[in-house]
Amino acid sequence: MRKTIVCLLLVCVLAFSLMPAACASDNEITVYNWGQYISDGTDGSLDVIAEFEKETGIKVNYLTFDSNESMYTKLKTGGAAYDIIIPSDYMIGMLIEENMLEPLNFDNIPNYQYIDEAFRNQAYDPNNMYSVPYTWGTVGLIYNTQYVSAEDAASWNCLWNKDYAGKVLMFDNPRDAFAIAESILGFSYNTTDTAELQQAAELLKQQKDVVQSYVMDQIFDKMQRGEAWAAPYYAGDFLTMVEENPDLAFSYPQDGFNIFIDAMCIPKGCQNKEGAEAFINFLCRPDICAANLDYLGYSTPESAAKELMDPEVTSSPVAYPDEQTLSASESFSSLPIEATQTMNDLWLGVKTTGSNTTLYIIVSVVAVLAVAAVFIVMNARRRRKKARRCK
Amino acid sequence: MKSKLLACPYIVWMILFTIIPLGIVFYYALTDSVTGQFTLANLAGMGNYLPIFLRSIWLAMFSALICLVIGYPVAYFIAQCKPTTQRFLEMLIMLPMCMSFLLRTLAWVAMLEDTGIINSFICAIGLKPLPLIRTNGAVILGMVYNYLPYMILPLYSVIMKIDPRLIEAALDLGCTPRLVFSRVILPLSGPGILSGITMVFVPAVSTFYISQKLGSPGTTLIGDVIESQFKTAYNPNLGAAMSLVLMVLIFICVAVMNRFGESDGEEVIAKV
Repeated sequence: MRKTIVCLLLVCVLAFSLMPAACASDNEITVYNWGQYISDGTDGSLDVIAEFEKETGIKVNYLTFDSNESMYTKLKTGGAAYDIIIPSDYMIGMLIEENMLEPLNFDNIPNYQYIDEAFRNQAYDPNNMYSVPYTWGTVGLIYNTQYVSAEDAASWNCLWNKDYAGKVLMFDNPRDAFAIAESILGFSYNTTDTAELQQAAELLKQQKDVVQSYVMDQIFDKMQRGEAWAAPYYAGDFLTMVEENPDLAFSYPQDGFNIFIDAMCIPKGCQNKEGAEAFINFLCRPDICAANLDYLGYSTPESAAKELMDPEVTSSPVAYPDEQTLSASESFSSLPIEATQTMNDLWLGVKTTGSNTTLYIIVSVVAVLAVAAVFIVMNARRRRKKARRCK
Repeated sequence: MKSKLLACPYIVWMILFTIIPLGIVFYYALTDSVTGQFTLANLAGMGNYLPIFLRSIWLAMFSALICLVIGYPVAYFIAQCKPTTQRFLEMLIMLPMCMSFLLRTLAWVAMLEDTGIINSFICAIGLKPLPLIRTNGAVILGMVYNYLPYMILPLYSVIMKIDPRLIEAALDLGCTPRLVFSRVILPLSGPGILSGITMVFVPAVSTFYISQKLGSPGTTLIGDVIESQFKTAYNPNLGAAMSLVLMVLIFICVAVMNRFGESDGEEVIAKV
């Protein structure tokens, strides 16, 4: 009898564990943002999320991703509902094309008025229905002045330089990594030509002997401690890194570089749209925006916020490059699905190209397998002989 | 009857979380990522990744062997100790397993890095830093360190159960200590060796974290590639095909090892 009860209880536990997790309450939003991409109260900065919770009483669940692609995969595979996501321009374009975003109700986002005209109605969201710009920025070359000369750092070729073998970091996402190869080759970042993409992949393969590892947020740690000497990354993050390690410097490579806008969107399947819009509105408020971006180091799309910010940041040519520097920049647009697929396949090829020890490993494995096979065959033969003798 | 009833929850569990997911893996591996139609293209492309499969198997085999070489004497030594000491030593072996696997691997990164603890020390005494991290050796070190307990524990439990009277008998019958070991103790601990090797090899061959942290971009393992297909590339079909091939390869490797075990066992019987 007791065993039956135990059994039933176990079945109950099983049944409960299969039920969907309790639905989010009305007073909760889930934010899915890049890692290290909001002012969190460290070093005396403003804790944006705590401030929002205090003002509105809405609880924020905050989760992070490390690349647009991993965010896309998470959205696509489902299983999790987010109320706010903050992807980059080309990814927003792709999400809109795939009908994965909710149109925003701008009546709930009055602070949209502060967004500068220059950042509205961008190519990725022509009628500005789905997104509100969060920050903008550029990708440049971050290098350690103790080991890397400024002349070398003037071009992306620095990341192919054998002198820095094992000290170079590279983007761990196809779009950003291909963009660097495409800059060197003089192709557009938005090329859909397979031959051009293949050439870029070939260049990235040649880089492998020099690359220490393919990373995203780990760049902070590795560059700050001098474990790596040169890495491409976002200008705003450089300003954070240089505070920890003053030997770091930033260059806008002459071959061209990417300029991007990251914007706040509400994905389909959100649980609390009004709460999400309140959060977007809150982040657009000039005082909050200024405090947030003072900490982040990224550039603001709001002139009203820029006036409130630390003049040291707003006068920095890294965060706000002049027109002439920006003329070498190019933004990403969303690629057609075939080109994205080709790029992903080529990127996998780049990542899986082996080092020169591969051949030796293959030979060893084959040798071991051969020895094992011989051993088994010999054993079987010996056993058969023994069996015959016993008869 | 009652025992059957008691097994029910686990059978339900197994169907829900082993059989059905396996079916889903098959489904994904055999369909196209865009159109969702039946295709063998995912599996046909596996040849491109052969070097990576082989590299993973090679590193995992190598670490399993090192674990055996290190683990066997340790297990033998523990089995010879007093019961209280045995329990204490067993706990010491288990202790690192209570710490997060990720944390332990990160600790090795901090030690082996170019600016890590070991190289800082080497630089401080005026020598050139060594290339410790981002080598195959570092990956093997990570695997051995993380999976050694899985080798020692089964070996220890098998060696502990060897009847001391068998050893006495062998000695009485004129065996030298070395012969006692090679003819009695080693064959009797065969099952422990086998399960130890399997328990190290199987997780090591599919690992991705260790190779990401301790390996170089040139030492990508199949686990890394599978992870990337699900995490960033959004191509679960290719990832599923790779997992399937890896599963088959693991089965083959384990089957080969079991053949070794079989012949060992028969030899024991033949010699006894």
